[in-house]
Amino acid sequence: MSFDFLQDKDRIFTNVYGFQSPDLKAAQARGDWDNTKDLIALGNDKIIEEIKASGLRGRGGAGFPTGLKWSFMPKEAPKDARGNPRPSFLVINADESEPGSCKDREIMRGDPHKLIEGALVAGFAMRARAAYIYIRGEYIAEAIALEKAVAEAYDAGLIGKNAAGSGYDFDVFVHRGAGAYICGEETAMIESLEGKKGQPRLKPPFPAGAGLYGCPTTVNNVESIAVVPTIIRRSGAWFASFGRENNKGTKLFQVSGHVEKPAVFEEAMSIPFRDMIEKHCGGITGGWDNLLAVIPGGSSVPLVPAEQIMAAPMDFDGLKDVGSGLGTAAVIVMDKSTDIVRAISRLSYFYKHESCGQCTPCREGTGWMWRVMEKMRDGNAEIEDIDTLYEVTKQVEGHTICALGDAAAWPIQGLIHHFRPEMERRIRERQGGNEEIMEAAE
Amino acid sequence: MADTPNIPDEIEVRAKWGNFAFTPENDEKAKIYVARYPEGRQRSAVMPLLDLAQRQVGTDTDTQGWLPVPVIEYVAAYLDMPYMRAYEVASFYTMYNLAPVGKYHVQVCGTTPCMLRGSDDVMAACKNKGMVKGKTTPDGLFTLTEVECMGNCSNAPMVQINDDNFEDLDYDITTKILENLAAGREVTPGSQTGRKTSEPEGGPVVLKEMVDTNHDYRGEW
Repeated sequence: MSFDFLQDKDRIFTNVYGFQSPDLKAAQARGDWDNTKDLIALGNDKIIEEIKASGLRGRGGAGFPTGLKWSFMPKEAPKDARGNPRPSFLVINADESEPGSCKDREIMRGDPHKLIEGALVAGFAMRARAAYIYIRGEYIAEAIALEKAVAEAYDAGLIGKNAAGSGYDFDVFVHRGAGAYICGEETAMIESLEGKKGQPRLKPPFPAGAGLYGCPTTVNNVESIAVVPTIIRRSGAWFASFGRENNKGTKLFQVSGHVEKPAVFEEAMSIPFRDMIEKHCGGITGGWDNLLAVIPGGSSVPLVPAEQIMAAPMDFDGLKDVGSGLGTAAVIVMDKSTDIVRAISRLSYFYKHESCGQCTPCREGTGWMWRVMEKMRDGNAEIEDIDTLYEVTKQVEGHTICALGDAAAWPIQGLIHHFRPEMERRIRERQGGNEEIMEAAE
Repeated sequence: MADTPNIPDEIEVRAKWGNFAFTPENDEKAKIYVARYPEGRQRSAVMPLLDLAQRQVGTDTDTQGWLPVPVIEYVAAYLDMPYMRAYEVASFYTMYNLAPVGKYHVQVCGTTPCMLRGSDDVMAACKNKGMVKGKTTPDGLFTLTEVECMGNCSNAPMVQINDDNFEDLDYDITTKILENLAAGREVTPGSQTGRKTSEPEGGPVVLKEMVDTNHDYRGEW
């Protein structure tokens, strides 16, 4: 193993496993809220510049450069119809619902103060007056932990009026969702925050122009915000010292499925898949020869067959090169005992369940694709149906307001791309009955 | 979105819940929620308030709670918004129960990461205790639902029962939890195999100092 593993001293989330208290005092002893005033004294532009220099790309899946996103926020507050300045808002996306993802949960219950401090620093940098943290409804214990941390921060004067003695007024509010995956989409989240159904909005206007309550808004993932104070303290160059060009930094990986020891851990970007599994998860169940395929970035990205994933660097470009993506770095590992068609069909059911119903291709398409996938499971179809299925995924993809349609299409496309022989085998087996057995008998 | 049940709105429901109002403690909480949003934007609080109302119904009925139509009407009036807008929200999000549920709402995650680690066994354990998906047991104790990814994937498979997550399950452990709940015994949420949270089984491979001390790594920067 040649990879330079991340050392403990360079881990941002030191209490990720929650062995120590998440309380303010303990967090401060670990380095949070250490002279936050000085970070803010750097000024809006310097903070954004440092984040740009760090190469941080959004940790929620799309990988958009975070510093650049912040720079879209207006420097002068736009005026409403009556000539009053509109406030700007930071919305923090803690609606972690992508199958495979379970990292923000550990931040919010183990290191909530990193998130709240990050909210202040990032909110200040983009000139927001308040942050709303939208946490998924099912994270009940996590929401309690987060609310407690927010209350502690208010009591200590770290947020609110003259936050942390910086002279800047900044509020942080927690908003609980109620069980809708689609609210992880930024404009759906804004709709939901406004007390409506979480149905995505057409863009433009983009949230930085007209978002929450029609005011300039930036939506960032929990991890993207929580790493900010450490990056500013240790410099963008430090963060950029990990990972390959264009794929910088450290990242929380979440491994689930058929590994010996599933876990969440922080590692340097670009770590080769095999090294990562060996070091952190004790290997693949039944050994490396038993690996079938991996979904490397949460359910929305196409799967990658064993032989292609082994040496792939776990970063945005490395996984793009093998026809997939880093997404939220939620790695779902499948060994050879997996019914691969069922595994993908279950994801199709997920998207059918979570489609908001707004766009016809997605509302109708997700249900249709799931029903056909269920037929594929036991080969109750014709060979040509595979092509029809592929064709339909192409008709859903790119024809909807948000990316849920794409996300529902890609796993199926990945399956057909890599496991078409298996799908055909099931169909033949059911149709011809025992072709292979007869051949063997001859 | 989800398979929405036929919402009961009969005379009995109206008779029972027609006079619903927040308790003084919940009213106080509701005011805190409303204050989180700018003036004139109180409708933003419809989600926390529906949750609060559902919990109050739950306390009254000794179940997880649900949202009878008069209760949704109450919340809508509380926030000065049309009933239909509140109903839209209640029916869109899966965590609002539009029909009564049992004392324990057993929500088994069946999405692929849990499926790969044996959610079928968890589901089987529930069924062998007499539960049927989407139904409440005749004794009113358990309602079984298969839910979509709950975000505990590194601790799969899991089940959420009311407010508590039970993780790292198998058939036997699930059976035990259900038996304990039925008998009114204490159950401990979280990992059922002794993991603290999502560290690898057997203890963390990194950040080992953090297990026993609140280690400050800044000296090593």
